[in-house]
Amino acid sequence: MGEVPGADAPFGLLAELTHRCPLRCGYCSNPVELAGRADELDTAGWRSVFDQARAMGVWQLHLSGGEPLARRDFAELVGHAAGLGCYVNLVTSGLGLTADRLAGVDHVQLSVQDAEAAGADLIAGVRAHGHKLKAAEVVRDAGLPLTVNVVLHRLNLDNVGAIIALAERMGADRLELANTQYYGWALRNRAALLPTREQVARAGEVVAAARARSAMEIVYVVADYHEAHPKPCMHGWGARQLTVAPNGDVLPCPAAGVIEGLGVENVKDRALSDIWHSSAAFTAFRGFDWMQEPCRSCVRREVDFGGCRCQAFQLTGDASATDPVCSLSPHRGLVDLVLAGGTAPVEHRAVVR
Amino acid sequence: MTPLSAAPRLRRGVKTAYDETRACHVVLFPEGVLVLNETAAAVVGLCDGRTSVEGIARRLAEEFDGVRAADVAELVDRLVARRVVAVDG
Ligand SMILES: C[S@@+](CC[C@H](N)C(=O)[O-])C[C@H]1O[C@@H](n2cnc3c(N)ncnc32)[C@H](O)[C@@H]1O
Ligand code: SF4
Ligand code: SF4
Repeated sequence: MGEVPGADAPFGLLAELTHRCPLRCGYCSNPVELAGRADELDTAGWRSVFDQARAMGVWQLHLSGGEPLARRDFAELVGHAAGLGCYVNLVTSGLGLTADRLAGVDHVQLSVQDAEAAGADLIAGVRAHGHKLKAAEVVRDAGLPLTVNVVLHRLNLDNVGAIIALAERMGADRLELANTQYYGWALRNRAALLPTREQVARAGEVVAAARARSAMEIVYVVADYHEAHPKPCMHGWGARQLTVAPNGDVLPCPAAGVIEGLGVENVKDRALSDIWHSSAAFTAFRGFDWMQEPCRSCVRREVDFGGCRCQAFQLTGDASATDPVCSLSPHRGLVDLVLAGGTAPVEHRAVVR
Repeated sequence: MTPLSAAPRLRRGVKTAYDETRACHVVLFPEGVLVLNETAAAVVGLCDGRTSVEGIARRLAEEFDGVRAADVAELVDRLVARRVVAVDG
């Protein structure tokens, strides 16, 4: 038994079936330029992506978006993936989730916005909280494992104890508490979402205490702006997982579309396995040769891979720079400046049809 | 450590499969994919909620040399830590 190595073949595919979504979360990491229904791969297009992915060695298929249940052909796509032997993980807001839609699904990751309806619906931009509690029941009744995912930010971080209690009441096997990662709409709303240092410290203590007593597995994704070292993004670029965006663009990570000149290719033009193995986008930051100092000669480079390429690009304009949240980065001052800045009101994600 | 009398079972949502691409057995579960060596695959295959750790060791001894119940228990511990296997009571 062992941890999966930085293998030649990918283990997971994140299929962003659509950007359409009934919610309008101010923290949404989807790109600011959202794809509409007309841009989406059709049923045959997705079936072919799943076929190619399975043939490459992909097992985990994360059906996400947007709201994957918004696809009219959802049942057919799940059926196809399950037939290939994929482990189907539905990543959903829970809106539109009924028992019949779970046929072929192996695991559900359900997002919840806050401990109580008022705050949750405020950040989601629609009344959704009540539906999520019902969706959790549907998942439990189907006998499937349930992960609850909650994105944390200034407006809900103080409620983390109540959020943990809610996830327990919902019957979650796992709770993912993910501090907001600043991509897409979240980057646009950063001033509103960034928590204070005190909030982060208090929440960390509450989570540690809950972990010690809860039967539920609690995964905590740290607030990287407040850390001294970056997150190990994607376990290395193009190492384990790939993302296919609603329009068929193939990306090393869901945020990578922001990096200008990356050379992103589309499944309509080239085989998935060619794109994975040899496209400019996937080879750009694979391994360690692309690194600059201080990463190049750093002992932590095999731990965090120099952090996030998208964050490096977004904050410094250079995608091969050290992730600026790193205390060793010459650009760390940019992050400290943001932390010292004032707050702002949240703007909701745009609606796409 | 897992007691030798305990009967481990796969947790809800855990599946096993043979991986043609990598020529090995794998465990598929909500958190990801685990690549198994031959012994681990045999142990996982016997985690049926009825066979005890000692029983698993006896069955393995029919196929492999030098199987010790303590080693099986240690492997089960690691599978429990990864939330692949559960041991009730
Ligand atoms: C983009 S959503 C799409 C699926 C579905 N609409 C949902 O919200 O569950 C995929 C996952 O990313 C999480 N997420 C969204 N924005 C995020 C951000 N800025 N940082 C971290 N996680 C985020 C969501 O909570 C969800 O679990
Ligand atoms: S994070 Fe919110 S807005 Fe974004 S896709 Fe999920 S539910 Fe929709
Ligand atoms: S210098 Fe680079 S490799 Fe070292 S800790 Fe910072 S980001 Fe990681």
